[in-house]
Amino acid sequence: MNRASDGTTIVALASPQGLGAVALIRLSGSSSAQIVSSLCRAEESVVPQLDRRARLWRLYDGGELLDESVVTGFAGPRSYTGEDVVELGVHASPYIIERVLRLCLKAGARMAEPGEFTLRAFLNGRLDLSQAEAVADLIAADSPAAHRMAVHQMRGGLSERIGRFREQLIDLAALLELELDFSEEDVAFADRTTLRGLLVDVRAELASLRAGYRAGQMAREGVATVIAGRPNAGKSTLLNALLGEEKAIVSPIPGTTRDVVEDVLQIGGVKFRLLDTAGLRVTADSVEQMGVDRTRDRMQRAALVLFVFDPAHHHSPQQVHEELEGLHTGDAMVLPVANKCDVPENRLRIDEPEWRSALPNLLVISGLTGDGLSELRSALRDMVDALGLSSEVLVAHLRHDELLGRADTELKKVELGMESGLPTELLAAHLRAALRHLGEITGAVDADDLLGAIFSRFCIGK
Amino acid sequence: MMRVDYDVIVVGGGHAGCEAAAAAARMGSKVLLISMNMQTIAQMSCNPAMGGVAKGQIVREIDALGGYSGIVSDRTAIQFRMLNRSKGPAMWSPRTQNDRMMFAALWRQMLEETEGVHFWQDAVVELLLADSGTRVEGVRTAMGTHFLARAVVLTTGTFLNGLMHVGEKQQRGGRSGEHASYGISEQLMALGFTTGRMKTGTPPRIDGRSLNYSKMEEQRGDEHPGKFSFTDTRPLERQRSCWITYTNEAVHDLLRTGFDRSPMYNGSIKGLGPRYCPSIEDKINRFAERDRHQIFVEPEGWNTVEMYINGFSTSLPQEVQYAALRKIPGFEQARMFRPGYAIEYDYFPPTQLRPSLETKNVEGLFFAGQINGTTGYEEAACQGLLAGANANLAINDRQSLVLSRSEAYIGVLIDDLINKGTDEPYRMFTSRAEHRILLRQDNADIRLSEIAFRNGLIGEDRHTRVEQKVRNVESITKFLRQKTAEPKEVNPVLIDHEEAPINQKVKWGSILLRPGIGIRELSAASGHLSSFLVDFPEEDAEQAEIQWKYRSYIEREEEQARRMSNLDHIYLKPDFNFQTIRALSHEGREKLSAMRPESLGQASRLSGVSPADISILMVYLNKGAEWKH
Repeated sequence: MNRASDGTTIVALASPQGLGAVALIRLSGSSSAQIVSSLCRAEESVVPQLDRRARLWRLYDGGELLDESVVTGFAGPRSYTGEDVVELGVHASPYIIERVLRLCLKAGARMAEPGEFTLRAFLNGRLDLSQAEAVADLIAADSPAAHRMAVHQMRGGLSERIGRFREQLIDLAALLELELDFSEEDVAFADRTTLRGLLVDVRAELASLRAGYRAGQMAREGVATVIAGRPNAGKSTLLNALLGEEKAIVSPIPGTTRDVVEDVLQIGGVKFRLLDTAGLRVTADSVEQMGVDRTRDRMQRAALVLFVFDPAHHHSPQQVHEELEGLHTGDAMVLPVANKCDVPENRLRIDEPEWRSALPNLLVISGLTGDGLSELRSALRDMVDALGLSSEVLVAHLRHDELLGRADTELKKVELGMESGLPTELLAAHLRAALRHLGEITGAVDADDLLGAIFSRFCIGK
Repeated sequence: MMRVDYDVIVVGGGHAGCEAAAAAARMGSKVLLISMNMQTIAQMSCNPAMGGVAKGQIVREIDALGGYSGIVSDRTAIQFRMLNRSKGPAMWSPRTQNDRMMFAALWRQMLEETEGVHFWQDAVVELLLADSGTRVEGVRTAMGTHFLARAVVLTTGTFLNGLMHVGEKQQRGGRSGEHASYGISEQLMALGFTTGRMKTGTPPRIDGRSLNYSKMEEQRGDEHPGKFSFTDTRPLERQRSCWITYTNEAVHDLLRTGFDRSPMYNGSIKGLGPRYCPSIEDKINRFAERDRHQIFVEPEGWNTVEMYINGFSTSLPQEVQYAALRKIPGFEQARMFRPGYAIEYDYFPPTQLRPSLETKNVEGLFFAGQINGTTGYEEAACQGLLAGANANLAINDRQSLVLSRSEAYIGVLIDDLINKGTDEPYRMFTSRAEHRILLRQDNADIRLSEIAFRNGLIGEDRHTRVEQKVRNVESITKFLRQKTAEPKEVNPVLIDHEEAPINQKVKWGSILLRPGIGIRELSAASGHLSSFLVDFPEEDAEQAEIQWKYRSYIEREEEQARRMSNLDHIYLKPDFNFQTIRALSHEGREKLSAMRPESLGQASRLSGVSPADISILMVYLNKGAEWKH
């Protein structure tokens, strides 16, 4: 629907993407300051002052430090849009920009539509009427471009897939509407099992579209790959060996790596963002403990985990399994890596058949000598297919991912409602909300679409 | 040449025309209702029933707006059923079977008792126009009489160039046994109106004495019948049943023998019929895999043997209809009163109308009912009411009465018609309403009384009563929110419903939110609650209960409605020139220029107009200053 003044707070990247070292993220709306304050740590909780002065802030995602940012607040009406505005200058890494935008969305902002900041500025009387034509042209130029993004940015076969998805949604909605509008008709109503089956299909398709989004994100920003393992398992050595440079500080003292080190490795045209982590152990050192917490946090978000261990300290594959379970690696794919296999005892242990059968994808390397690194590289490349990176990049825009997410929340309510016996008209209310969110992606689904589906499939009418 | 002047002339005496005449007169206009046949005012041309899913909600809305359809339906009902009872309250839909002759007679009586309604029997053949055809000032009848008026409401139903089909036989006429009307379509086309053809059909009527009901299933009315009107009409004390039977392969085989002579299939019918009200030949043709179709045998009144064969609409040759009918269980000895037929008629694509139902081309000329491409008594009646009211408002230079999509099904209907148009006869369905949870049959009075009162459609007494109801509901809601229930009062009810019992005091509201738990049942179990509720009408307690149980959904839809209404209140001047705004998309510019929307909200609902186009219009309207909440 319309974009102006619906009472929401909007957020978007306000500086051109891919240019400059600093990126500007802008929020506009009455909740701007409150949303930004959710990006600082709970114990430091402050709300940005809307006094037009720049301040240096640390932005956090939960416990994890994301970036240092220059935060400037402007109180409406003396701001670009005429509403309360907060601007965040962050490092222009696509990864950081995306995480900050996501956190803002989570805190209640909505992605701005093309030209929306300017439109709000105009509607709030911040732009001269003589600029009207220019603003209108801007919207006209931006919007179709944004719309094309939904279609053209994605590679072949997409419109077909979206079309099929739309059909699935119409099928499901039509069956619910059939029960409501045509309860007196002599037609067979779908039972709840059938409906749930359709719903599961719809949600699977939606999840697959979202996975496509993540694949696209990975293609742009690299596959988030965490190198994890006990202290002194040789994680930093491995990282350095892969990168061929002294990126992480290496020392024989356990717990040297206390922060997350990040670098990018190109293998077979795919970017892997390697994240070295603090070793996992319970520690009395509070600074190190923070590092461990961050490691776990990263693990939740990683697409890939390289679990590095020293066979001298892991006597059985069961031990490796147990430790992996304790890592809570989320949806990430895990690759166990036995390091330090230049040591003969280690080599002997790892070559025992029970290891091979218990850990079929085990990689045996030596970060020190470089043995096994080429196998590791090709294993990483093989993961690309498993991660769905080579599948079509379907949803290329954060806004679309956001809409898909909202739609899925509603669809989940339909699913739960079916279980708890929610009346059909309320199931339909959630499904309609989902259809509204998806409208921008699938094209609007309206009453005529649903009635058309009903009349073509069911003999309606006395 | 006789010449009498009126404020409003209503052409046509069907459901639309009757409500139009009544509404305009109630608001103070001097109205002339012109009908070709005074004996057929308010005829139920098709099935003898009112209401149903979505349509029942419309009748309740008409009643809340002071229309007569609900009262007439209640007082002439022979059966009442609340459809969709197994769904939530937003879906409950009242429906009555009616005595066809009593229905028409009572309508005529009520119109005669309405001050300001005058009658004339004649056919209107021409509109009298002024200002080079841009303003209507009266009508000329077939007898050559001129009647002058400041507004004319056309409710021509199926009569404009009506053509009836039974098999290969064609007969000009507007309804079985009645003449069609000629001249107006041609005149309007010459004025630049576009026109189209639609088709509808009706089933045979049967002598009930010839049917064997022991072979059919009985369908009784509700045990505790409700009613349509918010006024003091009374629920039925006795009811007549309908009967259900089914077609079979033998029936279908016989019907197929007539397909080559069917006007549906040999191309003699050009108009488009409704997909949701197909003829029996259409059903067996399109759904060949079905070996039977349901047939409802509906009595046409208290004291008649005439039966309406719902589900058997057909235009096959008479002898084919007859032979096929006799193969239906219970119809072995059936005698026909008259065959089913199809009828084609002219309509005017409703995108030529303003939200007030006034035509864009001719000032003072309003269209309502089937002329706008709708089907159904309820759809026609509500348009008539709004057209009649708006005719009165227009000639008194008052702002027109436009209901929004979140206020009434009537608002959805008119908004759909004028913005999207329709290719097939338009019928209301609940799925057309995006604010379905708000548009319930139970709250039509709460939604519309204020509007009705403000426009002079209902009197102060009715308005005051609804205000009292609203206050009562607030009191009950406050009680639910604040007062607590004791475990011993409510646990027996909870246990009955296999709900977890409570072990400490809990707010009544949270008990009521549990599925299946109703306020009436709780009240029966608790002296505390029943002694509070005793001061309120049962209907008000039910209203509070519905609002409470639906609360989160109601709030959500109200929020959406509020956003929409922002745009609905930004008006576009009639002479706004969309062509000069080059930033608009090409398609948007063409559509806006052709449709001339009256508000930004209306513009946003036109197909081909994008959200970007709306933003651009906002910029041009320079609405910045007035836009803030």
